[in-house]
Amino acid sequence: MAFIRAVSYYLPEQVVTNEDLIREFPEWSVDKIASKVGVLQRHVAGPDETAGDLAEKAARKLFAEYGIAPAEIDFVLLCTQSPDYFLPTTACLLQDRLGIPTTAGALDFDLGCSGCIYGLALAKGLIAGGVANNVLLLTAETYNKYIHPSDKGNRSIFGDGAAACLVSREGFAEIGEFVLGTDGSRFRDLIVGTGAARVHERTAAEYPDEEGGLVREDYLYMNGGRIFNFTLEVVPPLVDAVTVRNGNTKEQIDYYIFHQANKFMLNTIRKICAIPKDKFYLDLEQVGNTVSSTVLIGLKNCLDELKFAPGMQVVLAGFGVGLSWGATLLRF
Amino acid sequence: MTIDAFIAAFADLLDETDPAEITADTYFQELDEWSSLSNLSVIALVKTEYDKTITVKEIRACETVGDLYNYIENEG
Repeated sequence: MAFIRAVSYYLPEQVVTNEDLIREFPEWSVDKIASKVGVLQRHVAGPDETAGDLAEKAARKLFAEYGIAPAEIDFVLLCTQSPDYFLPTTACLLQDRLGIPTTAGALDFDLGCSGCIYGLALAKGLIAGGVANNVLLLTAETYNKYIHPSDKGNRSIFGDGAAACLVSREGFAEIGEFVLGTDGSRFRDLIVGTGAARVHERTAAEYPDEEGGLVREDYLYMNGGRIFNFTLEVVPPLVDAVTVRNGNTKEQIDYYIFHQANKFMLNTIRKICAIPKDKFYLDLEQVGNTVSSTVLIGLKNCLDELKFAPGMQVVLAGFGVGLSWGATLLRF
Repeated sequence: MTIDAFIAAFADLLDETDPAEITADTYFQELDEWSSLSNLSVIALVKTEYDKTITVKEIRACETVGDLYNYIENEG
């Protein structure tokens, strides 16, 4: 059996408020961003600050808050799509920077908004397989480095940040069964098209998409309508499936923490899934959509508010770039 | 859903436009407040009220609120 023993997160110091965005995009209103997207401010990594740096700080906070010694860690998993280098693996650098023993395993995995769920699945597998005892799961993302300065939509949604979680043989919440899914045919709906091996050189290409939006090949592109439809299609059956897979009915689920994509999308999913407001985590106001870190940030905030008592069951779900999705259940 | 109910639901998606201004003949994409987020509101309405999926491309191919209603009722 695998448990979550500790969870924490770190946000970079620099903050971009809605007022800051309005100064650049005067045609927009602060109220509109707040009411639709649900974000009042987002943290953005500095020019010399990487996902690896954020992950290190999140891990150090985790160690300090829970009195964890780096020597206890025997595996490091880092979820990021903004690695410090093409190679080597950022998780290897973090082993050294965090003072984790050289006997530990370390690897990165490249996922976005579903990454926290996949990380928990991998960590549970490493423990169940007898490979490791204390897995440090880190999620860290700096999407703002990929966003074009004129892309007000994505700049209003995405914040940078990192989360850290210790998965062990004991802890405060048991990690239940998983339901996962992938549809690679829709890979172009959320993409940074250039810079890696398929199109290595930047193209500077810009062209309209079928929604009236703009594809900039060198920057983060999200097809909002397609991603929204994907989410409405995939998440309700995912939530049903993970509930059943864990031997529950909907009435037995005490709380839901979904990937914090944006307020409008979450409210629509909540209505379709018929989840009451008081059982549903929704808080993007201070952090925005931090990609793979939103679920762990939500979990940490709920723990700080003493929301969970022993015996409670909480569904976690992530969905997005890939396209990729997954859900699991925590038993407190 | 009747056309009148649809017009009322459509008007409810908007924040700044007087609901009385919305009719079957309204060219909705020409409304001052129409934006990419408005398209997502229509997607959500169609999903929650009809349990159907509509794409932004399909929404953009409709000109009036009446066109949109007919498309959703017959095709979407």
